[in-house]
Amino acid sequence: MTQAPTKHDRYLADFEGFERDVAARGPEWLHELRQRALARFTEVGFPTARRGNERWKYTNINPIAEGTFSYPFAAGEVDGERLHTSIPWSDDWSRLVFVNGLHSAALSSVGVGADARSLAEALRADGQPAREHLGRYVTIEDDAFAALNTAFVHDGALVHVPKNGSLDRPLHLVYVTAAGAGPTVSYPRTLVVAESHSRLTLIETYAGFGEGRYFTDAVTEIVLGEGAQVQHYRVLMEEPDAFHVGITRVHLERDSTFTSTLFARGCAIGRNDLLATLDAPGSSCFLRGLYLTSGSQHVDNYVNIDHTQPHTTSRLYYKGILGGKSHAVFGGTVFVRPGAVKADARQEDKNLLLSDEAEVDSKPSLEIYADDVLCGHGATAGTVADDALFYMRTRGLDLNTAMVHLIKGFASEVLDKVEVEPLRLSLDRLTTASLPELQPGLVS
Amino acid sequence: MTSRGANHNRPLLEVRDLHVSVGSVEILKGLNLTVNLGEVHAVMGPNGSGKSTLTNALAGKPEYAVTEGKVLYRGKNLLEMLPEERAREGLFLAFQYPVELPGIRVREFLRTALDALREHRGLDKGSLREFNKLLQEKAKELGLDEELVKRSVNEGFSGGEKKRHEILQMAVLDPELALLDETDSGLDIDALKVVADAVNKFRKPDKAILLVTHYQRILNYVTPDFVHVLIDGRIVRSGGRDLALELEAKGYEWIRDAVESGREISV
Amino acid sequence: MVAPKVISRKATTSKDLEKEYKWGFVTPIEPDLAPKGLNEDIVRLISRKKNEPEWLLEWRLKAYRYWTSLKYGEPRWAKVSFPPIDYQDIYYYSSPFKEKRPESLDEVDPELVEAFRKLGIPLEEQKKLTGVAVDAVFDSVSVATTLQKTLEEHGIIFCSVSEAVEKCPELVRKYLGSVVPYTDNFFASLNSAVFSDGTFAYVPPGVRCPVELMTYFRINTEGSGQFERTLIIADKGSYVSYLEGCTAPMRKTHQLHAAVVELIALDDAEIKYSTLQNWYPGDKEGRGGVYNFVTKRGKAAGRNSKVSWTQVETGSAITWKYPSVILQGDNSVGEFYSVALVNNHQQADTGTKMIHLGKNTRSTIIAKGISAGQGSNTYRGLVKIMPSAANARNFTRCDSLLIGDKCAAHTVPYIEVRNPTARMEHEATTSKVSDDQLFYLRQRGITEEQAQYMIINGFCRGVFQELPFEFAMEASQLLKVSLEGAVG
Repeated sequence: MTQAPTKHDRYLADFEGFERDVAARGPEWLHELRQRALARFTEVGFPTARRGNERWKYTNINPIAEGTFSYPFAAGEVDGERLHTSIPWSDDWSRLVFVNGLHSAALSSVGVGADARSLAEALRADGQPAREHLGRYVTIEDDAFAALNTAFVHDGALVHVPKNGSLDRPLHLVYVTAAGAGPTVSYPRTLVVAESHSRLTLIETYAGFGEGRYFTDAVTEIVLGEGAQVQHYRVLMEEPDAFHVGITRVHLERDSTFTSTLFARGCAIGRNDLLATLDAPGSSCFLRGLYLTSGSQHVDNYVNIDHTQPHTTSRLYYKGILGGKSHAVFGGTVFVRPGAVKADARQEDKNLLLSDEAEVDSKPSLEIYADDVLCGHGATAGTVADDALFYMRTRGLDLNTAMVHLIKGFASEVLDKVEVEPLRLSLDRLTTASLPELQPGLVS
Repeated sequence: MTSRGANHNRPLLEVRDLHVSVGSVEILKGLNLTVNLGEVHAVMGPNGSGKSTLTNALAGKPEYAVTEGKVLYRGKNLLEMLPEERAREGLFLAFQYPVELPGIRVREFLRTALDALREHRGLDKGSLREFNKLLQEKAKELGLDEELVKRSVNEGFSGGEKKRHEILQMAVLDPELALLDETDSGLDIDALKVVADAVNKFRKPDKAILLVTHYQRILNYVTPDFVHVLIDGRIVRSGGRDLALELEAKGYEWIRDAVESGREISV
Repeated sequence: MVAPKVISRKATTSKDLEKEYKWGFVTPIEPDLAPKGLNEDIVRLISRKKNEPEWLLEWRLKAYRYWTSLKYGEPRWAKVSFPPIDYQDIYYYSSPFKEKRPESLDEVDPELVEAFRKLGIPLEEQKKLTGVAVDAVFDSVSVATTLQKTLEEHGIIFCSVSEAVEKCPELVRKYLGSVVPYTDNFFASLNSAVFSDGTFAYVPPGVRCPVELMTYFRINTEGSGQFERTLIIADKGSYVSYLEGCTAPMRKTHQLHAAVVELIALDDAEIKYSTLQNWYPGDKEGRGGVYNFVTKRGKAAGRNSKVSWTQVETGSAITWKYPSVILQGDNSVGEFYSVALVNNHQQADTGTKMIHLGKNTRSTIIAKGISAGQGSNTYRGLVKIMPSAANARNFTRCDSLLIGDKCAAHTVPYIEVRNPTARMEHEATTSKVSDDQLFYLRQRGITEEQAQYMIINGFCRGVFQELPFEFAMEASQLLKVSLEGAVG
């Protein structure tokens, strides 16, 4: 799984400058964490070799490994008006905006409150709860992307909802890559600590405002205390040429509930790596996703659920719509550990292929080590059903309208579950707007 | 209890101060009931009163824990018997929600069960031909499709088919005490009559029936000797068929109020 | 709340029935053994012993050289674990015949005939199984093939591969390695170099084989590997049903079985291939047992052709096999019906591959996994729909049943779709025998143990019904025997 070390030189050089200029004032424990992460990255290397590598079986990340992306060292310029109009937006949401991974006070909403702030700012202060939680849930040992993000950990969002507390408004974390001189890489980092019996609705949006290639290497860690409830949305709207590797790790304590919806518009290589660990009885997670790929885009969903304790519940429901020569991947395993009896898990991936050259690879796995469980999964792939189209046409709908209805109907099974209304409307519009790309000739 | 109907005065089932819990929740809280041979008893009660708990506990379902009291079946301690031993002793439960058994065909299932019962009773295994004939005959009486016996037990059966299939098993296995758990619910009027006919046919001096129901509808066709009202884990009223009619007319609230105001009616 | 005191008797019984693996006897035969270990000389020796033509020796040597050039060892991606195998510590040639192959059964050592009789496979013509022609293979060498005359009348060739090389070399040369090339995988390469014998069947155009063809495989000699090679060709418009059964003595050491099976169905032809795999599974502590590393693949080469696999896998310490179908002909059909059972320390990683190339191709996969004891059972299956496979259909159903809390069940499907007109559906479940089902059966007077067997049998019915009747009965029995100690 290793290759020529020269590929890493760029990152090592950046790291030196980063440690000297950006991260110099950080606490010692963080400095050590970064050093360790960089060492791991250098040793493990990008997972370019795929023989026997089940984690990356259907995704070739050579274009990322061979690219030269540099750390921008400064937040770039982003037009606030353009930001407002191009991503899901509501004035009712609190908002923290990061450009090239660095907090932008100007673009963020005022009065977000102490519950949500810039990670860099928090680290300069006492460092809690970052010190306790940061890097605890993501594994850097065998994961180059997690290690690389952690090596450059500096800014991002720290969300901390105290015991019995709740955020009265949805919190929107916006990670934007600005246009730069050359290909850049950013390392957004999000840490969410929802203490016991707290509630929170969180939207993470990743978007690009640059031209050409860039690389986003993001890590999000979410911890749910006893009885906490977190509603999480992840919106990927990177530029078509961009690379995005997003790693989300969720840790659930007793009776907590994590609900997540992914909306992914395709990019050159997009990876959504989500692991939810149901680490206490009564915890449950509901994971939904909709991915739309067209052109020569590639989206890889790698979603794992780990039932480590008895009486845990998980539901996974991902859907893909593929056009052009795009390639979508769904992979992921439901693990039920020894003793985790009464695990109730259901995993489903459905794909709609709209073109002759699109490809979908689906690998939904179950790994069960306890007997008293109820686990299942399903996967389907196919195109728009002819009889459904015909039926609608006999009712007077033209082919175009019938297609639009059927495709949107397919998407709505995920989108209808979005509880934040302005977001649901936005995602619905984004889906409609994508239709002509997914199926050329289609008028939405 | 005063004797009515065909009381042969030979108690088949004696339930004394029965307390049953599921998990840590007590559902039956001291239930008393005597069923003699030849009698038909109807136990009525609102949802959640403990009707199904009574039948399941009598049949020995593992998660129904008897915490106090005793149950004698033909004078023997029923609670010490395994579920299959109870069945072999002649206790039959027609389930409210019969479970599906994929891949196990009705015919082989009933044949296995009948063989076990016959062996217990010291009888030879009957011939396959006789068995098939019996099965066919009984299925026909219950208006069940002949093909049903070749299908997997309860798999893909309609609600009505499931209930009639339970009664088919009763007719074939020929138990002594039949516990019918809401066998009438979900049946249309024609199916209800068919089932009632089969129950009436089963009704003999050497049998007894305990019929658990929410509605009195089936009692128009199967006339009970006794009607008991079960509320909150106890039998609060016992009477004749009239009690069922009164209950139907006035509702369970009436009897709950009557009980709370201390107006006991002796039977 | 305090949990209530329970005075009713706990409604379970515990029985710990122990039964020996009843096929575990050893036959006292002095085999003709080549020295242990593997090198070109051994490959040449095997070829010479079998009087093989030059082209076959060359093919073996190419396979051997390829095998030695492999930089990686055995495939390790499967969810099975085993210590390194010392390929120099294995006998690659073991024959029960000191001299040449006997001409008739009278010349066969009575011990051998007796061994097969004990296994329920009488070889004498007068006692032969009705409707089944048997090729009996002992330590990789064919002992006898029954019903030859009947088959010859229909023009069907059914014999050992060694005989086929003499009888119909052009067929063997054309098809050997055509479905599983010697470069296919580590074990297929090894097998191609050292395969000792196996079964060959050819059904001519338009012939419906009137009897079941069966091979019974028996490993006897300690330390010998078993590397048989099976080749079945169904010519245009023909039909054949083939069965294989296998057992081995109880040994404390592991034995390697690396077979290759190739099936070819031409236009409108159908091959139905059924396996009852009952190699010695090892003892309760996981000592001994067969490593069953097998490559089986069928090519539905012709239009409207069909290849159907049914397997009941109860034996072996480790099972690694993926009977597959290449659906090449338009409208061709591939099927895979499987019951895989693991108990004690057995490990199985088994499933199938359905590669859709032709138009309107259809495949069905029904896999039932049963895990008991400390067994580990993995279904691994690939459904690949290539761009050329317009209107391809696949339906997959995988169910796992867990018995006891020390076992494991995994389901790993790989679904690769490159044609939008394809439609594929995959469904899987994992659960234990439900308490409600058990109670329902017990309420009808059936004991818990018997109820368990009924439920497990019912779970497997969809696969068993694909087997010829006698085989289905035997499979059901095998399941029961294999689960003893785990159920009840």
